[in-house]
Amino acid sequence: MNALNHPPIRPEYELALAGAPAAQAQPAAPGFALFTGYAWLRKAGILLVLALVWEAVARWYGNDLLLPTALQTGRALADGIVSGELFGYIGISLAVLTQGYVMGIVGAFLLTWLAVSNRLGRELIETLTSMFNPLPAIALLPLGLLWFGLGKGSLVMVLMHSVLWPLTLNATAGFRAVPETLRMAGRNYGLGGLRLVLQILIPAALPAILSGLKIGWAFAWRTLIAAELVFGTTSGQGGLGWFIFQSRNELFTDKVFAGLGAVIMIGLLVENIVFQTLERVTVRRWGMER
Amino acid sequence: MTPPLQVVPPQGPLLRAEHVTIEYAGAQGTVRATEDVSFDMHRGDRFVLLGPSGCGKSTLLKAVGGFIAPRAGSLRLAGKPITAPGPDRIVVFQEFDQLPPWKTVENNVMFPLLAGGMNKADARVRARHWLGKVGLAGFAGAYPHTLSGGMKARVAIARALAMQPEILLMDEPFAALDALTRRTMQEQLQSLWEEIGFTMLFVTHSIEEALVVGNRILLLSPHPGRVRAELNSHQFDLRSAGSVEFQAANERIHRLLFGDSPLRATPTPQPFAVHA
Repeated sequence: MNALNHPPIRPEYELALAGAPAAQAQPAAPGFALFTGYAWLRKAGILLVLALVWEAVARWYGNDLLLPTALQTGRALADGIVSGELFGYIGISLAVLTQGYVMGIVGAFLLTWLAVSNRLGRELIETLTSMFNPLPAIALLPLGLLWFGLGKGSLVMVLMHSVLWPLTLNATAGFRAVPETLRMAGRNYGLGGLRLVLQILIPAALPAILSGLKIGWAFAWRTLIAAELVFGTTSGQGGLGWFIFQSRNELFTDKVFAGLGAVIMIGLLVENIVFQTLERVTVRRWGMER
Repeated sequence: MTPPLQVVPPQGPLLRAEHVTIEYAGAQGTVRATEDVSFDMHRGDRFVLLGPSGCGKSTLLKAVGGFIAPRAGSLRLAGKPITAPGPDRIVVFQEFDQLPPWKTVENNVMFPLLAGGMNKADARVRARHWLGKVGLAGFAGAYPHTLSGGMKARVAIARALAMQPEILLMDEPFAALDALTRRTMQEQLQSLWEEIGFTMLFVTHSIEEALVVGNRILLLSPHPGRVRAELNSHQFDLRSAGSVEFQAANERIHRLLFGDSPLRATPTPQPFAVHA
């Protein structure tokens, strides 16, 4: 016989519970809180160290034309901001960007609607996204220039292209991933057509839509700067990319660096403030995403 | 606030299923889910569809919900054929994702009321009322992801009852819950039915649950689902679950579903017993 077949038989017992113990929240370990709470402070520290290294290398190298110091760049950036010169360029860039971005979103929703409404549309959109998604938007700029000439039109065209495909891809995947139960619940309450889309499908697919918008924004922003570098002005006024290009031509290397800094900062601002806020008040609050 | 009472309840069964055959397209051609199923449901019934997996009980419930059209036969609610989903037949699903995660508990309950055209203030009053009935008044502002499985099931039931449907369609609503929570939910459902009185069609694969929850049980055999028997179970509730009659009914259903195969060694199934 197997000895494991006979565990010992022990006496039974019952205990009377004297009321529920007061709930005690376990305070988080102080060391851990220090490491999680001040992430931004540590990142700022890292930036400071990098700036110091830059300053040291630039001073050692001693050629302002090739590598301006961090202080010179900071001064050029501050000058550009104080004089308002930089804001003009940023404003022009953002105006064009917004136009292309919004048109890309509208287009993407039309394509998504086509993709989820019937099988032929789905196959058409699948083919189109797999063709155009890997194609860098900037590669279409020569065509844009040919069709729309030097100006806003060609910029908007490449921007639209850079938003359209990633957003379509994400939104389509999001709509397909909506749980069947949720769709049936919606239909159960008599929702159909546009009301089902607006009240069930779009909110349920929001995590995927938001990530598509984020990817689209990142693509659009770098495409815009690149496009402005290629041909610069739109009807006499240039954007941030044009500012960088022009400053290089005039050998204001510190301004080139300041322009690059502005490009990075706007990218970070939109990512970290606009999209993170959007996510915090929607999908993360609803527990659809951590 | 409440819809006008029907002073004279219409005569005859509320739901009549006649020779219902349902087929759906599977991976290997057409699959027949149910074959020639007929039954009548009356107002106030707690009608249970019971059978092993593959007997088409959930498919049958979805057909009553209007999500699937039968291949043959007819489904009539109060004399009118069922053609599409509608708010007179509210479904409580098994899955927890039946609650839109972007709506608070209260908004979840209000959602179908608003979709039906009720104004916001009335819907809120009614949602509060039904959340109180299922013991969730304190969680009106919480989001579904912060709730336990049992609480989510209670929200779904409150949401369904708030609509005051002709029939409540329950598709294995407690199957994803743990055994202790499931028992509590069965008790609550029972007391809600005693207090309010509603008509429900309840799908389950648990013989015990069918006997405890229902007053009438339709037994379905699998592949395809055919009617094996229709039994009464109004005499049983959670308190009689250990009785000799309950065990006899349990064994009878088991025999009807699985033939005269030797029963389990223990005459009284005890889910919590570790050593038999």
